[in-house]
Amino acid sequence: MVNRQRSTPAEPTDVSVDRLSQDELDVDTYRVVEPDGSYDPEATPDLDDESFRDLYRWMVLQRTFDDRATKLQRRGRLGTYPSGRGQEASIVGAGFALADQDWIFPYGRETAALLMHGLSMRDLLLYWRGVEDASRMEGANIFGLAISIGSHIPVVAGKAWGMKLADEGSVAFANLGDGATSTGAFHEGINFAGVLGAPAVLFCQNNQYAITLPFDGQTNADTVAQKALAYGIDGIRVDGNDVLAVYNAVAEARKRALEGNPVLVEAVTYRRGAHTTSDDPTRYRSEDEVEEWKERDPLERYQTFLEETGRWDAIDEEAIREEVDEEFSAAVDAADEFAERGVEEMFAYLYEEMPPELERQQAAFEQVLEERPEMYEYIEQRPKG
Amino acid sequence: MNATIIQAVNDALHEEMGNDERTLVFGQDVAESGGVFRATEGLQDEFGEERVLDTPLSEIAIVGSAIGLATHGYRPIAEIQFSGFLPPAFDQLVTNASRIRWRTRGELTAPMVVRTPYGAGVRALEHHSESLEAVYGHVPGLKVAIPSTPHDAKGMLISAIRDPDPVLFMEPKHVYRSLREEIPEGTYTEPLGKAAVRQEGDDLTVISWGAMMHNTLEAVENLGVDADVIDLRSISPLDRETILESVKNTGRCVIVHEAAKTGGFGAELMATINDEALMYLKAPINRVTGFDVPVPLLSMEDYYIPHPPRIETAIEETLEY
Ligand SMILES: Cc1ncc(C[n+]2csc(CCOP(=O)(O)OP(=O)(O)O)c2C)c(N)n1
Repeated sequence: MVNRQRSTPAEPTDVSVDRLSQDELDVDTYRVVEPDGSYDPEATPDLDDESFRDLYRWMVLQRTFDDRATKLQRRGRLGTYPSGRGQEASIVGAGFALADQDWIFPYGRETAALLMHGLSMRDLLLYWRGVEDASRMEGANIFGLAISIGSHIPVVAGKAWGMKLADEGSVAFANLGDGATSTGAFHEGINFAGVLGAPAVLFCQNNQYAITLPFDGQTNADTVAQKALAYGIDGIRVDGNDVLAVYNAVAEARKRALEGNPVLVEAVTYRRGAHTTSDDPTRYRSEDEVEEWKERDPLERYQTFLEETGRWDAIDEEAIREEVDEEFSAAVDAADEFAERGVEEMFAYLYEEMPPELERQQAAFEQVLEERPEMYEYIEQRPKG
Repeated sequence: MNATIIQAVNDALHEEMGNDERTLVFGQDVAESGGVFRATEGLQDEFGEERVLDTPLSEIAIVGSAIGLATHGYRPIAEIQFSGFLPPAFDQLVTNASRIRWRTRGELTAPMVVRTPYGAGVRALEHHSESLEAVYGHVPGLKVAIPSTPHDAKGMLISAIRDPDPVLFMEPKHVYRSLREEIPEGTYTEPLGKAAVRQEGDDLTVISWGAMMHNTLEAVENLGVDADVIDLRSISPLDRETILESVKNTGRCVIVHEAAKTGGFGAELMATINDEALMYLKAPINRVTGFDVPVPLLSMEDYYIPHPPRIETAIEETLEY
């Protein structure tokens, strides 16, 4: 009989087992404009002056929207709002690299990308007021926001698959945070996209935190970009505070995706504000760290580039600021004017044809509202919309 | 001490972590900052980084690793930040946690608690407001507890942690901070699987749980009816005796819950009463529930919630039948 008695195994003899480790991986961070404003002329994207100006304008708009939306929330005129402060270059650079026919799968912080893709500012404000109607994303190829983190990645794989089947020459573009890369849905979705050769671009803004959790608590991997390799797709790591680098990286990823090679892009950036308006970041990170990243401000870096290349003189910063401010005010007015909705709204759109029981529930509720007006005392009107 | 539900939960965690070294608390944002609702505040300071830790954004692994830990002699207390993010981990609850004792013929067990805030009414984003207790209550082998008061939150959570089987502990976040009551200092338990009679009366039985318990009590008070008001407290196991005894006495019953109506837990209660006390009924059992729709986003959310006027209407109908 075989002796099955166990003991602690002896130290293994050295038989030269090859070990694959991330230490052998060199993941560069792609950059066009250095933090000090110096830049690589070779890598400067071939854009006209108006586009260079627009990139700046969109970043100003992102920042303005974040500031003013946060203030509106404080005054009870908006629900929870997630600011993209600090991430303007990632948001804008990525959005600018997409084509109208591409589909954006948003996470929540990408205001400017959604607006440049055709969403109206009024509708975006209505969304943050908790108005279902705004989820139509009217006039824009934008999917619903993935509030359940990571939940959209497998859907992106399917959407991209469909685009490939239909031979559309467009990509499905997913926004996600570093936190999302820990979810099961991310791993299943990215693997699927890889196997299918689906034109998907997974754009991860590694803003260093998932609510309170810093990146090194999120994963034992050194980078997000390297996660692409396990699934046999390409990864790009880009300086997320360099709008031109992000633009180039996403444009490249888009091209690769259209050739049947999905790409995971990691934009390394920093969320300078709170996670959302219900969060207090001073509880979990230091002022020093925030200050450090403030010095890498994406708008300032880009402004330096514009100055260095002689494009700044043609840009009227004051006028841009006034313009986006007015645009925001007008959008708030338009949102305020949005017609008050009836209870039928709650029951609509669940099915193409409303089942009888749902009709009955709606009718019964309407009757209660009519017979018991005191009901309205319990129904607080939420942020106006 | 005078406590809110959230403070009571926090107090229970402090107590039980102090009582039992095998306990661990983990989940998203629970350690460093004490959780988005502050339920776990102070725990890491007191019990250290090994027993109180922040995890990656991985619901499947949070619940799954709790099962592994539990089978290894630990007492994991995992937090799922909002119950709307539990569905990815449903697989772990169903495939592993709920049936491990059964599958191994008692060789392995999973004494673990998954705590999660649930329910509507806090102006949150999509997926933050659902009440899927009936779905979880449908899983054989999984206990589902829902306290509605600070006193019960503490006592029931301690029971859940000590329970030899997996317990999903659903906390009604709408009333996390809106109620206060005196709760005992130190360790005490409230049983799982036992309903509480909040008020006694002979005219009818009103059954509810979670945040809706308070709307129910308010409706009963507004009407001034002589009602037996039962706080179910446990979806699974179900305290059939308390319900049946009450309904046999009153002959009338209204059930109030926030979850959608179809397949909601009210349906199970009606079936139970039908099975065992049909002949005692003087009126059809009435239900006041959420609608068969997703909980609306925040601007319409309050239309969804069963407020006292809807409950009052149902009670009046039942009494007048
Ligand atoms: C599946 C799931 N779990 C938990 C949450 C709660 N939650 C909302 S945002 C967030 C952190 C997300 O971090 P990350 O993906 O890095 O994006 P960021 O917010 O940093 O942009 C968490 C845990 C959620 N929305 N979905």
